[in-house]
Amino acid sequence: MPLLLAVSALSAAALAYEILLTRLFSILYWHHYAYMIISVALLGYGASGTFVALLRTRLAAHLSQAFAGFALAFAATSIGVVGVVRILPFNPLEILWDPAQQGYLLMLYLLLALPFFCAATAIALAITHRGTVTGRIYRADLLGAGIGALAILGLLFLLPAEEGLRAVAGLGLAAAALAALGWSPRRAAPVLIGLAIAGPLVWPAAWIAPTPSPYKGLSLALQVPGTRVLSERSSPLGLLTVVESPTIPFRHAPGASLFARHEPPAQFGVFTDAGGLTAINQWDGRRESLAWLDEQTAALPFHLLDRPRVLVLGAGGGSDVLLALHHEAGEIDAVELNPQLSNLVRRTHGAFAGGFYNLPNVRLHTAEARKFVETADRQWDLIQVSLLDSFSASAAGAMSLSESTLYTVEALSAYLSRLAPGGLLAITRWLKVPPRDGLKLFATAVRALEDAGVAAPETRLALIRGPNTSTLVVKTSALTEADIAALKRFSSERGFDPAWYPGMPPGEANRINRLPEAYLHDGARALLGAEREAYLARYKFHVAPATDDQPYFFRFFKWRILPEVLAMRGRAGLALLEGGYLILAATLLQAVIAGLVLILLPLRWLTPAAGEAEAIGRFRVAGYFAALGFAFLFVEIAFIQRFVLFLGHPLYAIAVVLAAFLVFAGLGSGFVARRTEGEGTGRRILSAAVAGIVVLSGSYLLLLPEAFTWLAPAPQAAQILAAIALIAPLAFCMGMPFPLGLARVKAEAPALAPWAWGINGCASVVSAVLASLLAMHFGFSAVLALAMLLYVCAALIFRH
Amino acid sequence: MTGPMARRFALLLVCLSAAWALTARADDTAAARAEMVETIREIAEDVAIGKERRPIDARVLEVMGRIPRHDFVPPRARGLAYADRPLPIGHGQTISQPYIVALMTDLLQVEADHVVLEIGTGSGYQAAVLSPLVRRVHSIEIITPLAETAAQRLADGGYANVQVRAGDGYYGWPEAGPFDAIVVTAAASHVPPPLVRQLKPGGRMVIPVGASFMIQHLMLVEKDADGAVHSELLLPVRFVPLTGGH
Repeated sequence: MPLLLAVSALSAAALAYEILLTRLFSILYWHHYAYMIISVALLGYGASGTFVALLRTRLAAHLSQAFAGFALAFAATSIGVVGVVRILPFNPLEILWDPAQQGYLLMLYLLLALPFFCAATAIALAITHRGTVTGRIYRADLLGAGIGALAILGLLFLLPAEEGLRAVAGLGLAAAALAALGWSPRRAAPVLIGLAIAGPLVWPAAWIAPTPSPYKGLSLALQVPGTRVLSERSSPLGLLTVVESPTIPFRHAPGASLFARHEPPAQFGVFTDAGGLTAINQWDGRRESLAWLDEQTAALPFHLLDRPRVLVLGAGGGSDVLLALHHEAGEIDAVELNPQLSNLVRRTHGAFAGGFYNLPNVRLHTAEARKFVETADRQWDLIQVSLLDSFSASAAGAMSLSESTLYTVEALSAYLSRLAPGGLLAITRWLKVPPRDGLKLFATAVRALEDAGVAAPETRLALIRGPNTSTLVVKTSALTEADIAALKRFSSERGFDPAWYPGMPPGEANRINRLPEAYLHDGARALLGAEREAYLARYKFHVAPATDDQPYFFRFFKWRILPEVLAMRGRAGLALLEGGYLILAATLLQAVIAGLVLILLPLRWLTPAAGEAEAIGRFRVAGYFAALGFAFLFVEIAFIQRFVLFLGHPLYAIAVVLAAFLVFAGLGSGFVARRTEGEGTGRRILSAAVAGIVVLSGSYLLLLPEAFTWLAPAPQAAQILAAIALIAPLAFCMGMPFPLGLARVKAEAPALAPWAWGINGCASVVSAVLASLLAMHFGFSAVLALAMLLYVCAALIFRH
Repeated sequence: MTGPMARRFALLLVCLSAAWALTARADDTAAARAEMVETIREIAEDVAIGKERRPIDARVLEVMGRIPRHDFVPPRARGLAYADRPLPIGHGQTISQPYIVALMTDLLQVEADHVVLEIGTGSGYQAAVLSPLVRRVHSIEIITPLAETAAQRLADGGYANVQVRAGDGYYGWPEAGPFDAIVVTAAASHVPPPLVRQLKPGGRMVIPVGASFMIQHLMLVEKDADGAVHSELLLPVRFVPLTGGH
């Protein structure tokens, strides 16, 4: 029993540590790197299998000592590694041209793999040991991980990420102490318990405090004379830092006109995870002092509407709310996901910001934008979305690089359905060369209008651009002559260029703010015409609409541009064209190579020496556990995506879905533990479990959208319970194949058991990355279908 | 030969050997510079600015082949002074990679009688490159210690027509304007309108603008002879970010 508890505690600590590291790396560097580093760190899991396989006989004799030792090592390295990483002069920006930086990156990988390696080795020892019941250990492992995921997210609301490290290290030491309870002289346990409590507490704060890269926005801003940090807030949604810069004002006015006559007021900069700047504007309560906001492209819709009722999605520092106030909007609903950010604007710096959230016609809602719109029971004249990027992978540390359901076809349809007759949807994006976001949004809007049965989408769309932003306007009815006249006036007064309006002559495009070609106008024309498909195929970047099944709005990469990217590699400092996708692909490659080198290659030497009768072939073991490793994560990731959409709040959704999957899979594993005797039993249970997985995930694939629509009006708590109830039976079945297979391997070819663990770990590492890539190209439905196929294959392999 | 005499002789020896060392190094650096210029030429052949690929102005390359870039980088980075890459110069700032300096200078299309404004002095290298090409360079740097070292370095290097001051670049330098060309090496969320106003008719401004402190687009702002202004986004540049703030 103490060993089971120890496994749970260690597993919880390891999962919590993974989430903490993702947070810390988002603050230190950028979230792509957090993603990459974590994925490679997970290799520690795979490598542990190899290690245990090689030293199995020696370590097996002293299971609890070895377990305690590795748990202790996990505790020490988990906190120690962060101290080393802090002082490593790693600068990801130089990685392309500086071999030293590539070396540092490699060091990071190896360092970060250490704690995971230690934890996984301890668990692998327990699970592959002859004297333990596989199903029970696996259950303890999964339950611990589930609890760890929930606990750390809760803890991150109370403590900054670096303080969470202490809890993780303490938990690791507690696991060691629990294992030590199994020794005959129990002297070690109290010492370890004492250590578990005291050790992490006395660890100096300076050794774990995250220092952002000097090239991140916050670090740069703080170099400016006179700047100082006014306040700081931390939650799983990110670290917010409010900075005042009295000497050199921030002057954050994205895409302001070249001829702007009004200057931005004094501002406080709000940095998320030491990057991503939004501004809190000083306001004296007068409408006139907001005129500077009217000199940005995002102001266009207000010139086509009279005192509209406005919904602002992604209120951030509040600039869009102020813009609406400048135009005397009737009512304003502002939606912001991060309550800490709203509170900074409303309370902490409320006096500076002019208290606009307290005005009688302004309502603040803490919610996720898409979910808020879908469940709203009212209408607006204008839905305004300016430069809003979705909650990034950085915060939750889940597997999504850049999934976003804000700008899919279904999302735009939902926004349009909440507009009053004659209402407008306005979306502003940064402009790139050649353009990407603006064109993709235009394509998405065309599709959404067509889906709604609109015969002439071209009459309802308008697109303008400023020096470096573009604003798309979609109307619920055809744009009128008056609308077009207002658009032209607005643009010419501010030096903006129309890129599309019904009946626009090509000669009006690309005149004041130019691109090398009239990309936007030509693109809009092509997307509205018969040559759309040819255009989408021809265009250098991927600008076909994103959908809920392929929610990668921010993926613009096409493999076609790879040669150009590679040619640019030596041209340090030039465009890193859509690096996110390439980093994902590189991560996959790296995971595969590292997996082969660290996990599979060493095992070649092992098996012949073991010399045990190969009752079940090596290849069958490999096939079975690889299939399970891939399939489990494919299903989990695909459903996380579906449930995020349903539950709205990405963080809660990920926590609930992840924990439910782990806990119920753990229970499934425990169910199997009691029923492995008898030759045929295992096979029968496995067949039933796989049948259950296929039937359940298949029917979810078809029926979940219906169920979600039906459940949409229910209160959040009921929705969470419904999600758990839906996941429970599926996860329960998914928990069975692994312990069933491992129990059989332990009985028939014990030398292969650690190998099976390693292969499974390796496949899991690769599949986390692979799932995102597959979903980008084929959609989550395809990922799920593939997972079902893999489970069936596993069942077939097991039958023999 | 004792006492002061010996000391004087020793001093002379030291000076001489230092001079030899310098000439030897000068030769080394001359070769490195020539190689750097060749690299810039090659990149310019590969990279389309707007729609076309065109060579960097020969005058710009000639100047860059002369100016000792190694004097503008921190001592520990000297070995890399002529590599085509940005280098850290402290305070979270960088000296841009040589190709970007060449490109931005080229885009300004400066003439010998031009008066140029630079926002973001940094190490002073960009100002040094402009110095022999124009009549006067006025340069503003936000970070005071950087402004002071750059001013000193430029004075020591004999770039007499460069004036540096510490301060806020947003409002330009109206007393010294209007300018024939303005070059901004700091990231901004928008083009500062005061700078547009300080541009002479026929003048050109080159400025990186962009979403974050990470990736910017190089923008060319032109004021026609009749005063009409237009902008052109040219190409994405991955500036290791420069001055924060705006």
